[in-house]
Amino acid sequence: MTATTTAVSDATGMESVDSFRLRAREWIPANLRRLADLPADERAQRNVSSDQSAWQRARVLQRTLYEGGFAGICYPEEYGGLGLTPAHQRAFNEEVTDYEMPMLLNVPTFTICGPTILDMGSEEQRREHLAAAIRGDEVLVQFLSEPGGGSDLAGGTTRAERDGDVFVLNGSKIWSSGAYAADYALCLARTDWDAPKHRGLTMFLMKVHQPGVHIERIKQVNGGDEFCQEFFDDVVVPASAVVGEVGGGWAVASRQLFHERNAVGGGSPYFSGARAEGRRGTETDPLIDLVRRTGRADDPYARELIAEAHALGVIHGHLVDRVTAGMRTQKMPPAAGSLIRLFHGESATRQAEIALELAGPAAAMSAPDGPDTREVGVSFLFRQAEQLGGGSTEMARNIISERILGMPREYAADRDVPFNQVRHGR
Amino acid sequence: MRFELTADQRLLQTATADYLEKSAPLGVIRALHDEGRTFDRVTWQRGAELGWTSLVVPEETGGGSVSGEGVVDATLIAEQFGRGCAPGPLAAVNVVAAALAEAAGADRHAGLLGRLLDGSTVAAWACCAPGGGWDPEAGAIEARPDGDGYVLDGTHDGVEHGGDADAFLVLARTPEGLSQFVVERDADGVSVLPLESLDMVRGFARVDYTGVRVPATALVGAAGGAAAAVERQFQLAVVLQCAELVGVVERVLEFTRQWMFDRYSFGRPLASYQELKHRMADMTLWSESGQATMAAAARAVQERRADAGELVSVAKSYLGQRATDIIQDCVQLHGGLGVTWEHDIHIYLRRATVNRLMWGTPSAHRRRIADLLNV
Repeated sequence: MTATTTAVSDATGMESVDSFRLRAREWIPANLRRLADLPADERAQRNVSSDQSAWQRARVLQRTLYEGGFAGICYPEEYGGLGLTPAHQRAFNEEVTDYEMPMLLNVPTFTICGPTILDMGSEEQRREHLAAAIRGDEVLVQFLSEPGGGSDLAGGTTRAERDGDVFVLNGSKIWSSGAYAADYALCLARTDWDAPKHRGLTMFLMKVHQPGVHIERIKQVNGGDEFCQEFFDDVVVPASAVVGEVGGGWAVASRQLFHERNAVGGGSPYFSGARAEGRRGTETDPLIDLVRRTGRADDPYARELIAEAHALGVIHGHLVDRVTAGMRTQKMPPAAGSLIRLFHGESATRQAEIALELAGPAAAMSAPDGPDTREVGVSFLFRQAEQLGGGSTEMARNIISERILGMPREYAADRDVPFNQVRHGR
Repeated sequence: MRFELTADQRLLQTATADYLEKSAPLGVIRALHDEGRTFDRVTWQRGAELGWTSLVVPEETGGGSVSGEGVVDATLIAEQFGRGCAPGPLAAVNVVAAALAEAAGADRHAGLLGRLLDGSTVAAWACCAPGGGWDPEAGAIEARPDGDGYVLDGTHDGVEHGGDADAFLVLARTPEGLSQFVVERDADGVSVLPLESLDMVRGFARVDYTGVRVPATALVGAAGGAAAAVERQFQLAVVLQCAELVGVVERVLEFTRQWMFDRYSFGRPLASYQELKHRMADMTLWSESGQATMAAAARAVQERRADAGELVSVAKSYLGQRATDIIQDCVQLHGGLGVTWEHDIHIYLRRATVNRLMWGTPSAHRRRIADLLNV
């Protein structure tokens, strides 16, 4: 159903943020479920999921948003979006905080793959895939990292060989979250082995499930398995799947990495739904529950730790606002997204440490009838994922020092060397 | 790495390392975990033949060290356990065996002690209050005199290898004060709940005592006279734990260093990057400092020095924190591979995390230091 409140537009013909907010406020409760009303198992699967049914649910929700006129808020109208501003998106995010949203589609579909296609894709690719994603018909993923090296993205060895009007792909990609549930992927492959590494790459927007593609799930230390590894064995991709230019894959990947850093750090305007970052209580509430359950609420040391975790969350929100404004006004280079990414990695690590400190022995052993602190221990084991996923914090530090501070680039043994002469290890 | 070992100590170290490598490689540990088991009894008994159970027990009660410094010898074993994240109730059995052997009237428990020494029986020290923190005052359950014995009521938590124990050394309070009792697992009123552990194979349990009746002969030492013994048992448990952390860290740094030579990024090995070299240097420093402080604590416990309690807490506060710092950074150096189930590093991280949290967290030990310094 559509909202009955009429849209009020400003002088440019664009609906005002206030008007949009009021319409959302009316439409949301009538069309979405309150999080508080969800069964516990569904609530747990909202953000990260290894479960096919959660992905199906996300598609249904996206379709609901689309039919209600609240999908693709910042995407241009000609590609199925609403053509509104980040301020409209923020207003919607605030209104929808307590309601079920297709969170699984935020990363990478809407915050990374979509914007990359918008920046670098052909008119045909934009019309077809952006509209399909906004309708809830397509889920997009990234085939970037390879088993041979995640940080050295341009050093990938997945090959794409031209054969008339198709390309034939062979190789392997890894860490593609949710690939098993996706339709299309942005896949970076090497088309020229005589050129230096950055100049021999091509980006393809390829169908995920097709002959020659084998997908394996990777079990993580926390028991999750949403990450995948793909193996390509003579996979045929049409030439129309090339994004940008043949040999120009690195330019596409660079835009993709820019959007990824924004997405991981929490600064993407295409993110739809309640933001975890900087929202009062996101980090702190579980910790307060924890000390109450373990009887340490009056311990001054525990209270100090909680305050520290809380402050980190609040400051993160402030940093996102500042960097977003800096990039919008071009006072900061696009590389500034790495500041958010680094803060996120560091603060997530510290928060996992604080939770472990607060849980104490109860994080190492758990009784079925005791306070549920097992999660704290398991999260601690998986702590470094926040410093790795979406580009490692080492890469973020390189980017900050080299592209914001203008410091000399780290020596690379493979710069301007034909790729077939570059040394490789494991 | 130890610099000054006697020939016998080197033999003990090598035999232990070889046997653990043969009997409990990481693949076996994964299999035990998948089967829901903690260790293999036959392997444990063979380990007992190598000396795993008897080093801190005096010769006259059936034990014997290889160097005359049993606590130091035991830390050699614990280090090897750390290097392989080995299964088995090393600290639990050693602490209980030492307690039984050192108590007045030890011959009362000679039977159990003998079975602990030959590896046929496993016992665990039950001494922590619900929550698993270390505080003997809070951890002592009630022991009410009744006829010619006592009735025990209460709960112990975080009992290391409590799920595997045939008997418990139970910390309790009689009208006279802190006391310890031997309680058989199958005694009426004892119920044991194995807990879900963060470690692959090191289990913990909660033990509930409901009107458990024991004879006066179950006392270990004199009623009300256990305070000093309890402190010494605690020191021994923590120093073995620290030695294990030393082994864990040493092994993780070894394979991470190797990985940095094998893995290439931007056309050069990870080991060639200045920033990563600096981090390895930091971690090496922390590892060496940890070994130094653990060895000093072991010697102080061995010599029953007045500052043993302080040195043990210094070692644990440092190693408990630094071990997880180091392993997490080594996870980082392995990249995404480091957070997969398939890679072995999480087995080490689990062991280090559990050790950090049990027998007093680093912050609890810092508070203990402050108490000992009369701050």
